[in-house]
Amino acid sequence: MPLFAITPAVLSVDGLAAEVAALASRAGEGCGAVTTFAGLVRAHHQGRRVRYLEYEAYEPLALKAFAQIQAEASEAWAGAVLGMHHRTGRLEIGEASIVIAAASAHRAEAFAVCRYAIERVKQIVPVWKHEYFDGGEAWVEGAIADPSDAHAREQAKARACASA
Amino acid sequence: MRVRIKLFAQLRDRAATGDVACELPAVDAATVADVWDALIVMHPALTPFQSSVSSAVNAEYAKRQTRVHDGDEVAFLPPVSGG
Repeated sequence: MPLFAITPAVLSVDGLAAEVAALASRAGEGCGAVTTFAGLVRAHHQGRRVRYLEYEAYEPLALKAFAQIQAEASEAWAGAVLGMHHRTGRLEIGEASIVIAAASAHRAEAFAVCRYAIERVKQIVPVWKHEYFDGGEAWVEGAIADPSDAHAREQAKARACASA
Repeated sequence: MRVRIKLFAQLRDRAATGDVACELPAVDAATVADVWDALIVMHPALTPFQSSVSSAVNAEYAKRQTRVHDGDEVAFLPPVSGG
């Protein structure tokens, strides 16, 4: 299983967790902790009842953005292994749009890396969410993607450390 | 010179196409900004995105002053909303 993927297939958090744990266990102190995050399609957004979402990605750039996030995480938390899969196409309520798994020797790093990764995904990975709700549809606009914005990176790190 | 422009999400919807062929004058120093300027001449509906758009050249993030060359793929990206 690749560590980074953009795929229309149903995501497996368990498979990705096993993959990062196996890789982390071969390095340094070995693997003592795996944390996972799954982002799900919520039924309500800004007071609207959501029917379903459609995700679109610029895949070759998204994979490079995942690799950048992994490199940043390794710089801040040495030895951590990170996996990220984002789904594309139509997703129903309750389905996972993203799964992230982080493995490390100790729990604090694993929690921090997982949180850091989802914050950075929302800042720099070229994926777009098209929301179909009762009575209409709209593209969701999030962050202006700037992978060299040091302030955004610091903000993601501050959130990651607050959660650890 | 000729570049291929890729548009995503609301940019693609507004332009009613995700792929635009763009002919630029054969100057030495064409940039991403020049490609954008040519694009909004062809698709004025994209003008409001000028201040929020990000760009990539050959699937690497780029800046407005990044140089482009004949045959490059230049992508314009509206604010991202993954996760």
